[in-house]
Amino acid sequence: MVETATGVYAPHGVARSLETIAAWVLGVLWILPLVYAFWTAFHPSAFSTRLAWDAPLTLDNFVSAWRAAPFARYFANTVILVTMVLAAQLVLVTLAAYAFARFDFPGRNVAFALVLVQLMIMPDVLIVENYRTMTVLGLKDTILSIGLPYMASAFGIFLLRQTFKTVPRELDEAARVEGCSPLQTLWKVYVPLARPTYLAYALVSVSYHWNNFLWPLIITDSVESRPVTVGLQVFSSTDQGIDWSIICAATLLTTGPLLFAFLLFQRQFVQSFMRAGIR
Amino acid sequence: MTRTREWLYAWLLLLPAAVLLALFTHYPAVANLWHSAYSTPRGSRPPRFIGLENYRALIDDPIFWQALSNNLWYALGTIPVSIALALLMAVWVNERLPGRGFLRLAYFTPTVLPMIAVANIWLFFYTPTYGLFEQVSGALGFGSHNWLGSKSTALPALMVVTIWKEAGFFMIFYLAALQSMSPHLAEAAAIEGASRRYFFRRVTLPLLMPTTLFVLVNAVINAFRLVDHIVVMTRGGPDNATKLLLYYVFEIGFRYWDSSYAAALTMVLLTLLATVAILQFAFLERRTHYQ
Amino acid sequence: MKLFTKVRRLLGAAALALAVPGALAQAPVEVPFFFPVAVGGPITKIIDGYAADFEKDNPGIKLRPIYSGTYQDTIAKALTAVKSGEPPVTSVLLSTDMYTLIDEEAIVPFDDLIKTDEDRAWLKSFYPAFMENSQTGGKTWGIPFQRSTIVLYYNKEAFKEAGLDPNRPPGTWQEMADYAKKLTKRDASGKVTQWGVQIPSSGFPYWLFQALVIENGVTLMNAAGTETYYDKPEVIAALQYWVDLVNKDKVHPPGIVEWGTTPKDFFERKVAMMWTTTGNLTNVRTNAKFDFGVAMLPAGKQRGSPTGGGNFYLFKKSTPAQREAAFKFIKWATTPARAAQWGIDTGYVAVRPDAWETAAMKQYVAGFPAAAVARDQLPFAKAELSTHDNQRVTQALNDGLQAALTGTKTPEQALKDAQREAVRLLRSYK
Repeated sequence: MVETATGVYAPHGVARSLETIAAWVLGVLWILPLVYAFWTAFHPSAFSTRLAWDAPLTLDNFVSAWRAAPFARYFANTVILVTMVLAAQLVLVTLAAYAFARFDFPGRNVAFALVLVQLMIMPDVLIVENYRTMTVLGLKDTILSIGLPYMASAFGIFLLRQTFKTVPRELDEAARVEGCSPLQTLWKVYVPLARPTYLAYALVSVSYHWNNFLWPLIITDSVESRPVTVGLQVFSSTDQGIDWSIICAATLLTTGPLLFAFLLFQRQFVQSFMRAGIR
Repeated sequence: MTRTREWLYAWLLLLPAAVLLALFTHYPAVANLWHSAYSTPRGSRPPRFIGLENYRALIDDPIFWQALSNNLWYALGTIPVSIALALLMAVWVNERLPGRGFLRLAYFTPTVLPMIAVANIWLFFYTPTYGLFEQVSGALGFGSHNWLGSKSTALPALMVVTIWKEAGFFMIFYLAALQSMSPHLAEAAAIEGASRRYFFRRVTLPLLMPTTLFVLVNAVINAFRLVDHIVVMTRGGPDNATKLLLYYVFEIGFRYWDSSYAAALTMVLLTLLATVAILQFAFLERRTHYQ
Repeated sequence: MKLFTKVRRLLGAAALALAVPGALAQAPVEVPFFFPVAVGGPITKIIDGYAADFEKDNPGIKLRPIYSGTYQDTIAKALTAVKSGEPPVTSVLLSTDMYTLIDEEAIVPFDDLIKTDEDRAWLKSFYPAFMENSQTGGKTWGIPFQRSTIVLYYNKEAFKEAGLDPNRPPGTWQEMADYAKKLTKRDASGKVTQWGVQIPSSGFPYWLFQALVIENGVTLMNAAGTETYYDKPEVIAALQYWVDLVNKDKVHPPGIVEWGTTPKDFFERKVAMMWTTTGNLTNVRTNAKFDFGVAMLPAGKQRGSPTGGGNFYLFKKSTPAQREAAFKFIKWATTPARAAQWGIDTGYVAVRPDAWETAAMKQYVAGFPAAAVARDQLPFAKAELSTHDNQRVTQALNDGLQAALTGTKTPEQALKDAQREAVRLLRSYK
């Protein structure tokens, strides 16, 4: 096991106990909302505000939530959306990053700067114009329209370009010597070596698009294209009063898959996000 | 490969991404400027050129100034706190305190959940009379408080939600940076007789600067980009106390259907983001130590 | 001549006989229509049933209900469809959206379709209070379908505990304040465990506030939707009454009271009297584990409540055949029997007086008298706040109300600022 950098400075004795307690208090506070949501979702409405230990467990809230809105369809839409976006991103980002990393052409720096603009000016803040564009393209209210503005991901291009730049030139030349075209070199040499970056990026992307809300809210208005985040909001904004138990159940339903995946693949998740950071 | 072939190849590789970027980032930014100079079409009345009228209206609009002020306070309230907390969390997790697996899970879980979902849960917490906070403060003997329903506490209440959601995300980046620090540094410093605090302040923090820069950029973008919780929890109220710029854009564009005014407001938002980006890179680039 | 006309008639009949199968073989008229409920709720089943029954009676027409979420979502969907895409032929939208729809040139008035005496009688058969938000400029733009008013729900058990007569709800502003004082319970530390009364102020406080305004004898806007009267003395006095309940009498929760959680507050006995829509009747009936009563809102200078809810509208981008078909459906859906059944099933107020006279409705009211309160209040009901650029003009009022209720502005200042904003917004519509 690798000794951590602060190993020498790690706290001992009283200091360690105090820090442990503080860290735990923060941890408990941090996980509390989720725990409370679980509690409320699994107990009947009457107990949503009373924390009685002997309250009966029930699955009724989940049943009501599932029946109250076509969540199955919303889930399907979300899965299609994140898959579509990720697939497109992987292709586009790989090609663009390769161009920036290994090709020298006039205007390269300007082009790269233009790409970086998207890091600050994301499609999220351009909702008014993009809505107009989608209308003109006739794509409104489709799953494609949710994902299209995000498919050329500046973040992905940036990350992958960095990774590609670390690939030793010798491998590149060796492939050329064997008669590979640039695209073949890309496929045979660069892509396999960037696998950890791809995984990191994929997790970031799926996470982001699963949770995206404002743009999908604006651009979709039918059940056939609505993702699960919009479905949750449409469902819980009733004119006639809020039932917290059902809303918590619906909330858990929508976050369930991600949460479950996260719990199973915690380590990989964390490692990937770590790798996605800039060194 | 010849020069010509090289750049032909390169541009072909770039083409798909370039087209989409141009269509959904660059073109909209410019088109926004254009459309903000024309009035909103209504019914059969076509848009007509109105020049800077929207911007004059913006200056006269008290809600715009409120939204701007809110956003700046919001950024100020969430960014430093979430970064500081993230660093603290990363240090703790890195120190291998007992239960570190649980800690990492607890800190990071909020990040995985959609903001729209967590906002519903927090709305419940903040509900007066029987929400969780009410029950806890009641048990502790404090009085009742309508957190989301009073102007002074609504925005801070939302800030808490944001910090809760973001700190774990930033923690991961700090954790990565901490774990990539060479142990020799600590050993050398210890030999020199440096205290823990000194080491942290003079060695660790500067080395974490690139991470801090990255996290800072993310946090700033999020402070302007993420308004999902407003949609659920306060809808901009009470009396615009929680109206952020992007939410106001959303309201003007998609509730009032005034697309030209929304375009003008978006221009302000874009200018703000661009300015912040330039400032950040110019200022922090100079103070960054690279390993 | 006689023979000629006879032959002509025979030829005509023959032609008709040959044409009828041809007409039947034509595609049925499609009538897509937007309905403002979330998909999958119990109401969608009722509407689907309506569509099926109507199509049985009218084989040439195909009704296509599209469920589009809240009223907000539905108007958004309708307007975007009008500007670019497939607009519906008809839709149920808020009665207050009328001016917005007219300005966007999205709808047509019903007058061109009302040709027979029967139709004219049908148009006159709705409650006048509901027609106020449906007509302007001498034309009828909307037909009432699911309408509501605000009512006072009160906890009879709490009344008994406080020494009040559970069958005598407060009838005037003074009485409501007095009752509320008796009903407000505090624990040993002075913290309130049960509030006397609460009037929600989140989201759309203008609606609740309008009740107070009407009760104080004035209206908030003119019939043409081009002027507002936010800063009239009586309006300021109405807001003062509300603010006093919070600050002076201390019987009303401070800050902004959330609309969505108010029923739950009532069920949890955190409040003894609540103002909310009659549409919550079924909800309260199901979830209140105590004896409760429903009453008309208390009188200031008079009784009063704004109306609420949705009308049928007819959209411009449709063929004459589609409009006729939609008109048929709208008439079909608003017969006395159906209006009554709709009211019973959903809790909305049946929109025509003769619906209340049907056997089904009489039986329902006999078993559940609270259902008739909203109807009894209708003579005192007035149009809901509705003007051009409606969303923004009402938002100005919402902001002012919230400012006054959170104590940042005095009622007078808040309403004067709101009026100034409204005047600015409406300038181009005069």
